[in-house]
Amino acid sequence: MTAAAWGVALLQGLLYAALAPLLVGWVRKVKAALQNRRGAPLIQPYRDLRKLLAKDARVAHTASPLFQVAPYVVFATTWLAASAIPLLATGLPTAAIADMIVLVGLLALGRFFLALAAMDVGTAFGGMGASREMLIAALAEPAMLMAVFTLAMTAHSTNLATVVDYNLTNALVLRPSFLFALGGLLLVAIAETGRIPVDNPATHLELTMIHEAMLLEYSGRHLALMEWAAQIKLLLYGTLIANTFLPWGIAEHLTPAALALGLVAIVFKLVLLAAALAVAETVLAKMRLFRTPAFLNLALLMSLLGLLSYVILEVGT
Amino acid sequence: MPLLGLAGLAALVAGLVALGEGRAITATLPLGLPWLPWRVRLDALAGFFLAVIGVVTCGVGLYGPAYVRALEHGRDSLIVLGGFTGLFLTGMLLVTLADDAFLFMVAWELMSLSSYFLVAFQHENAANRRAAFLYLLMAHVGGLSILLAFGVLASFGGSFAFEAMRTGAMPFGWASVAFLLAFLGFGMKAGLVPLHAWLPEAHPVAPSHISALMSAVMLKVAVYGFLRVVFDLLHQFHWQWGVALLLVGSFSALMGVLYALMQHDLKRLLAYHSVENLGIIFIGLGLSVVFLGTGHPVLGSLGLIAALYHTVNHALFKGLLFLGAGAILHSSHERDLEQMGGLLRRMPWTGLFFLVGCISISALPPFNGFVSEWLTFQAALQAWQLDSGVLRSLIPIASAVLALTGALAAACFVKVYGVAFLGQARSRHVRRARPVPMGMRAGQGLLAVFCLVLGIFPTGVIEVIDAVPRQILGSGLPEASAHGWLWLTPVSAATASYSAPLLAVILGVVAAGVAWTLRRGAVRRVRRCDAWDCGFAPPAARMQYTATAFAQPIRRVFGLLFHVEEGVDAGEGAAARYRLRVRDRAWGLLYAPVAQAVEFAARRVVRLQSGNIRVYLGWTLATLVALLWIIA
Amino acid sequence: MSLTGLPLLQQLLLVLAALVLFTSFALLAQARLVSAIHVFAWQGVLVAAVTTLVAAAGQLHHLYFSALLTLLLKGLAIPWMLHRLARRLGLARHVESLRGPALTIMAAVGLVIFSYWLVLPMVQESLVFTRNIIAISLAVVLIGLLTMVFRQQALVQVLGFMSMENGLFLAAVSATGGMPLAVELGVAFDVLVAMVLFGVFFFQIRESIDSLNVDRLNRLTETAGEGD
Repeated sequence: MTAAAWGVALLQGLLYAALAPLLVGWVRKVKAALQNRRGAPLIQPYRDLRKLLAKDARVAHTASPLFQVAPYVVFATTWLAASAIPLLATGLPTAAIADMIVLVGLLALGRFFLALAAMDVGTAFGGMGASREMLIAALAEPAMLMAVFTLAMTAHSTNLATVVDYNLTNALVLRPSFLFALGGLLLVAIAETGRIPVDNPATHLELTMIHEAMLLEYSGRHLALMEWAAQIKLLLYGTLIANTFLPWGIAEHLTPAALALGLVAIVFKLVLLAAALAVAETVLAKMRLFRTPAFLNLALLMSLLGLLSYVILEVGT
Repeated sequence: MPLLGLAGLAALVAGLVALGEGRAITATLPLGLPWLPWRVRLDALAGFFLAVIGVVTCGVGLYGPAYVRALEHGRDSLIVLGGFTGLFLTGMLLVTLADDAFLFMVAWELMSLSSYFLVAFQHENAANRRAAFLYLLMAHVGGLSILLAFGVLASFGGSFAFEAMRTGAMPFGWASVAFLLAFLGFGMKAGLVPLHAWLPEAHPVAPSHISALMSAVMLKVAVYGFLRVVFDLLHQFHWQWGVALLLVGSFSALMGVLYALMQHDLKRLLAYHSVENLGIIFIGLGLSVVFLGTGHPVLGSLGLIAALYHTVNHALFKGLLFLGAGAILHSSHERDLEQMGGLLRRMPWTGLFFLVGCISISALPPFNGFVSEWLTFQAALQAWQLDSGVLRSLIPIASAVLALTGALAAACFVKVYGVAFLGQARSRHVRRARPVPMGMRAGQGLLAVFCLVLGIFPTGVIEVIDAVPRQILGSGLPEASAHGWLWLTPVSAATASYSAPLLAVILGVVAAGVAWTLRRGAVRRVRRCDAWDCGFAPPAARMQYTATAFAQPIRRVFGLLFHVEEGVDAGEGAAARYRLRVRDRAWGLLYAPVAQAVEFAARRVVRLQSGNIRVYLGWTLATLVALLWIIA
Repeated sequence: MSLTGLPLLQQLLLVLAALVLFTSFALLAQARLVSAIHVFAWQGVLVAAVTTLVAAAGQLHHLYFSALLTLLLKGLAIPWMLHRLARRLGLARHVESLRGPALTIMAAVGLVIFSYWLVLPMVQESLVFTRNIIAISLAVVLIGLLTMVFRQQALVQVLGFMSMENGLFLAAVSATGGMPLAVELGVAFDVLVAMVLFGVFFFQIRESIDSLNVDRLNRLTETAGEGD
């Protein structure tokens, strides 16, 4: 692998960390516009992060060392998982570790530590957040895996870069299986990133929180890392969906022109996806906790139908 | 006790040597019947399981002395404990080494009986006696089934020696009968649903290091038996058998983890998780048989390696977790999760090792559980190479069930670790818990280090395990280490690759780098303060989530699968009690009807017992005449 | 021949067939009555679209008329009539929760795999992609029957029956290029008459047993008086 390839891979990783707050700012801006407000500026999430990094970190008396270790673990796993996903180009050296099941495993590791940190302080809110989060994660995982299987069985590989390459070369084929897998992945992404209708990221009522309840005790640089990790997760799922199902524009050669086109393409796709997310969040209401199994069952059904469509319709014998 | 550790070390070394040798070593012992001497054989398969037994026994050997000394304050005789532990280990080692059915069954019985005495060690408690009896009963029913399977094999092979059984050619019907009998017998010992009821009763009541041995090692001996009979002696593979294995394995895995989530007795919870993990091992075996039955030997090897990897992983992390539970029991005399809390600050090393065990069993990178689960998924993903569309749709559905069990296992261990080690202590004993002695910590540490090593160097481990499919199936998995020690590529580099060392190193570097960057300057200090309490009273230990509360959403969502009795008894005044009981459906659906049928049949048979001596002599005469007529 | 070898029109056909399967699942699990009627309307529209595409691909002009008929009848007229019926019966906001939704969905998935396995031996090479659509239409028929088994509300049972008919129509269109026009018209008018009769009967049922829950019809047995 040439030095240029490594450089682009590093750039891709840094872009993930740098662009994630911007994506969240854009989602909030669109929501505000739909509510007839001007809303905070696009760079407000950067200001929030900078403010938090400058503050003291306060830790409860009852917390153990795991409480302080968890933010670093969560941030590292989320960032590593995101950096492996092709953002600008496909032929990068980091593509070799972009196995889809490994990515799911890394995100699960982050979630494990996040839930443990929530239980660490010994209050009821943390336990509640952890319990709800593990329920949703448990129900979302089979749906996610079925969608991954559909992609993997079509491209004969679980490596994400290989799948993106395969979709690029067979771009103009209409596949019912991909349609359903896309639907399933969209629903899973909403559940995993904690957006409405599964969880409200802007709530301050403790009894309605899921993700926020797990972060309730954090402050200062720890909270900054956790928030940043959540934003990177949103960017991760957005890029995964955009570049896997609509891969046009991604750079196949590492020339500056192709990379610039790749950046423009992904930004364009993310702007549209985020706007759609904002519209969905405005139109839908947050569901009761025990309605989310029905939501995730729908995701599982769609992924399952995607797999069955692949087996029945797309493989002729 | 040190003898145990030495025995373990010897077994480990012998096993590794056998795996590396490439050929089998046989010998004939001067024991047994004159025309059926006991033969032993050390080949790759036996060597693998010897290594598994050995490594866990080393850990238990380090752990045992300190733990057992605490039992000295009771009335139980420690010599008995030591003696039976030795017999138990001997039984397991002999089962692995046996090369003919006679020695196999004798050693199997030795293993079952000595473990019965170990389970019933603290026999003052009536519940313990009941659990031990149930264990003995089911062990013998299983043993009978295995004996019948050997009978079928021997009738086609001509003798009870394994060498002869290997050469016997059996038609599909009889082979299926032998397969079913072996599956029933070994499955009962391995604890597959619905024959698992003895596991959650027997494992918790034994002393903790014995529970570790039973759960980590004895269940693997059942897997060894199954592999030996089906893969080696029968040596026929039909995809129907594979589908049966796959279905039973998936069902066991799901039901095991769901029942585990509902428990708040720590050792019972771990026992149910053994049911789940054995289910996962059988999923791998089922995939292997399906691929072998449809003519894909390399993929069959992949399935077998995934199952074997999970076997050694489960032995390691289950042993570690049971030793940790024993450590908690030792220092706080508490087995109930609802009374624990905050143990990480009081027992830091045990907490660290238990965390390693929890991460491993939840199949999270970079530890060992993830590798075997990744290999199982890779095997399942090769289903596109099959011809049958029905199989191509069933296998992904089974892997979706596997994904669900993985996620539920992670939820369960967040619950266990969060309630037991984090938060505030919920009872006085736990608040006063002290760290355990060095020996116990060393035992746990050894197993934890192995968990990490097997997670970070999977390629090396697979190269060693590869001897087993090469010997049994004739083809190994050469591609797995084709790209050096850094990359694991089970099928080919283009299909899937996983680099555990790279992942672990990058994660560590990034986390450390971020920590170093952010902890410089004036903001590096951390100030302690009170937890958030909404402005009301400070959070007390009772306000925390309990284990039952943590599992409540999952109990509600999966409610139909359990037998839940829930209610509030309104006492006098303000003393209302909440009552919750979650029972295993298998009791009502399978065990109770079987018990009633047996009692019904027994009542009928009792009529034979008329008390008249002439009637008994008449029965004797009739039986003698019938036997003579059959022989003639 | 795999998907990439087919012309675009046939790929679109496969997508539409998969969407028809999705609507039959949605009909099985949909709790709200009005939403179920809308799902059924979409299923009719999709079946009409499939018919149009088959007509365009195979130059079978009489199928255009069938497509129009299906669209008008299944996509517009019958849903409108059912909607009006629901409003008159006061069930416009009715929500019926399915007991054990996970089990019914698993049963439906099992039926899909079963119908795929059944259709496998059909070995006509030229029809290999339409053979897959026959599997889907058989699955739609079976899931329609499953809907009638598992749902208690009488109106939803009608929807299940109608979706069975949709499945049969889809099978006919994809396998043999449609049925003769006379048969088409006959079946369509039969369905219309059945709808009218259903409307009348529902009022009768509700008057006699005061509910449209078909399980209440259990009362009409010899041993009436015990159970619900």
